[in-house]
This record gives sequence, structure tokens and C-alpha cells, in this order.
Amino acid sequence: MKICVTATANSLDAQIDPRFGRCSYLIIVDSETMQFEAIPNMAAGATGGAGIQAAQTIAKKDVKLLITGNVGPNAFGALSAAGIEIVTGAFGTVREAVEKFNRGEFAKTGSPTVDSHFGMGGKGGGRGAWRR
Amino acid sequence: MIVAVASGKGGTGKTSVAVNMALSVGNDQLLDCDVEEPNAHLLLNPKMHSTEQVYVLVPHINEELCSHCGECAKFCQYNALFVSPDKNLFFPELCHSCGGCTLACPRQAITEEKRRIGALKFGTVGDLKLVYGELDVGEIMSVPLIRAVKNQIQDNTNVIIDAPVGTSCPVIETVRQSDFCLLVTEPTPFGLHDLKITVEVLRKMSIPFGVVVNRAGIGDDKVYQYCKEEKIPILMEIPYQRRIAELYSKGIPFSLEMPEWKEKFQALYSEIKRLVEE
Repeated sequence: MKICVTATANSLDAQIDPRFGRCSYLIIVDSETMQFEAIPNMAAGATGGAGIQAAQTIAKKDVKLLITGNVGPNAFGALSAAGIEIVTGAFGTVREAVEKFNRGEFAKTGSPTVDSHFGMGGKGGGRGAWRR
Repeated sequence: MIVAVASGKGGTGKTSVAVNMALSVGNDQLLDCDVEEPNAHLLLNPKMHSTEQVYVLVPHINEELCSHCGECAKFCQYNALFVSPDKNLFFPELCHSCGGCTLACPRQAITEEKRRIGALKFGTVGDLKLVYGELDVGEIMSVPLIRAVKNQIQDNTNVIIDAPVGTSCPVIETVRQSDFCLLVTEPTPFGLHDLKITVEVLRKMSIPFGVVVNRAGIGDDKVYQYCKEEKIPILMEIPYQRRIAELYSKGIPFSLEMPEWKEKFQALYSEIKRLVEE
């Protein structure tokens, strides 16, 4: 099965990036053979809709499951529309995450885990952040 | 002549200056472009005449014609469209209404439909005409509504525009094509910090500008020093005065109760005119 794990670098030993839309790499792993493809996440610098764009990227790659830290509401909607199942709250390396999945140790997520713009950095929300 | 009243920092007195100037100068039109929280009408108590809905165009996908090729989503720089093999999603709040997806679609499956984002409100106070925009709750894109407010600008009229706060897209859209921009600030470090950012923006846009110092007397003299160094004219000082604050708290434009200010605002407007014609 094709699994996408969000990562901070482009190898199986990279740490999981806790953000989905703005992660550094989308690593697509075949859970049986451990063969993988590391895709630089073009959405990381998007002004808006990063989660939607990242979801589009992995949907095209026929991914069935996403393992990451958090997923926002728009990304959740897009991933669900593409029939991609989601595991959130993951940490450690990409390899560890896939092995953990193979041992059946993950529970799937049924709703978004963070609000919009969560992965955009610690800028505080509210009026100021949008209007300046 | 079109004069925009702006400021980097919020709460410096843009609306007070815009409203008092509009009430002091005849044959004029006041446009409140702070469509996220318009408030000029609260100080003016206008007689409201009419309302006009404002729409933007957004894509509508005809599922029968769609082959889920994904060209529309690939084209959209704002990621407002998501296409999977059997389902399309549209995120209206991300759409900038560029219409590009309708052109990118190889099967002509996308048409545009109207989506309401807010309304224009029209009123009068004596011979002063007021137009303001009110963005619907939950909408994040104010620029199309600001454009709709500005489309109401009448020729051969003294047009005064109350701008939104900050220096982002809504402000750029508001001050664009103005003959002059009045920057209202307060003499505090925060006021100065945001004034500097706004000055940079206006210089880039080649719009002439001058400063109004509100709450003069508080803070320090750094705003004055900065204006001197940068050769920016300070066109008016409004003192930090209890009487002015009291009138404001009752929603009364202070030039109505303090006639000497009506003259000062008329003089301010004449000075702006002189600077523009120079």
C-alpha cells in the first residue's frame, strides 16, 4: 500500500514534519517493499490553501494513507474527497512510522486536528495578523 | 480631487479626520472603504437611502462535462479547487475570482456564478453624500468590495476616502489613484513605527502625502523629528483634549460643536489642494 509521510528531509530516516500543508517533503513509501519517493512539497510556501495543494499532490500519486502530525480543515476535506485515510499525532522517523503502521499500531483520524493556518508559524491570529 | 485618509496604526483617528473634513468642505462625497468595520456612519447619523448587493464571480463545475483532468486545480494559484478522480471540491474563501479556471478547462465544464460578499450602503447628511461597504460576516476578501465602493466616485466632487488600517492589499486598493493621502498618526513609538511603513508604501505608489498628528501632546517628539528629516509636511495637529474625546465618545464629530475646527479643516483641505496643484 502507498503511504505518504510528511518529513523534514528527503530520506526514510528523516524526522516526521508535524505540519501537513507546509511540510518540507512528502515521502511516499510502499509499505511492503519500503521503496520510496521523496517529493519536495511545492505547497510549503503557498500564500493560502497549502493543505489543499499538498493533498492534490499526493492524491495524484494514488496514496491511500497519510501519516503526519496535524491536518487542518481544508486539507481534511480534500483528503477525504480523494479517499485518503489519515493518521495524525505521529512522531519519530518516516521509517519508524511505516513500521508502526505495519504492526497495526495507528488509529485513524476522523476530523481535522488543527484550525486553518496552523502551520504558518507563531504569528498569533486575530485582526492584526490578517490586516497588516 | 480625491483625498484618502489612511494610517499604519489603528485607532489613530482616521475616521475622525475624514468625517470632520467631509463635514467642513462643501460639495463632497465620503467613501468609507474600511469595509470590514465601517464606522463613518456612526459619527454622521446619515439618512440612508439604498443598499446594493455586491457579488464576485466564482466557478461552477458541470459534473456531467467534467473529466476530472485537474487542469483547473493546476491553474489555480490560490488552491481554491481540488480535483480527485471522482470528486471536485471548491473552497470559495480562497477564490480570487480571476476566471482562469474557466479558460483552463479543456471541456468547457466550468461556468461562473455570482457569490455575494457584502453590500454597498448609500446615505446623505445635508449635501454630503456617504457611501460605505459592509463585508458579510465570514468573508476574508475585502478588495472586491472596496473596488465596488470606489466605483461610486463622482466626477467634479470633493471625494474623501476613509481607508482601512494597515498597509496590506485593502489599503493599497483604497489609496490607489488618489490625488493625495493624509496620514493620521499619534506621537508615540507605535504611531511612528507604522507611519514609516505607510510612508514607504506611498512613496512606492507615487502618491503625495502629508501627516496629521492626532493626540498631540502625548508620547515624544520622534514623529516630528522623522517628518522633518524626511521632509514630510505636518498639515494639522489635533491636541489631546478632553472636550474632543468627550464629543467622540458621544458619537459627535467635534467640528460640529467646536466651530474653530471647521475652519481648520477647511484650511487643511485648501492646503492639500495647493500641494496637489503645485
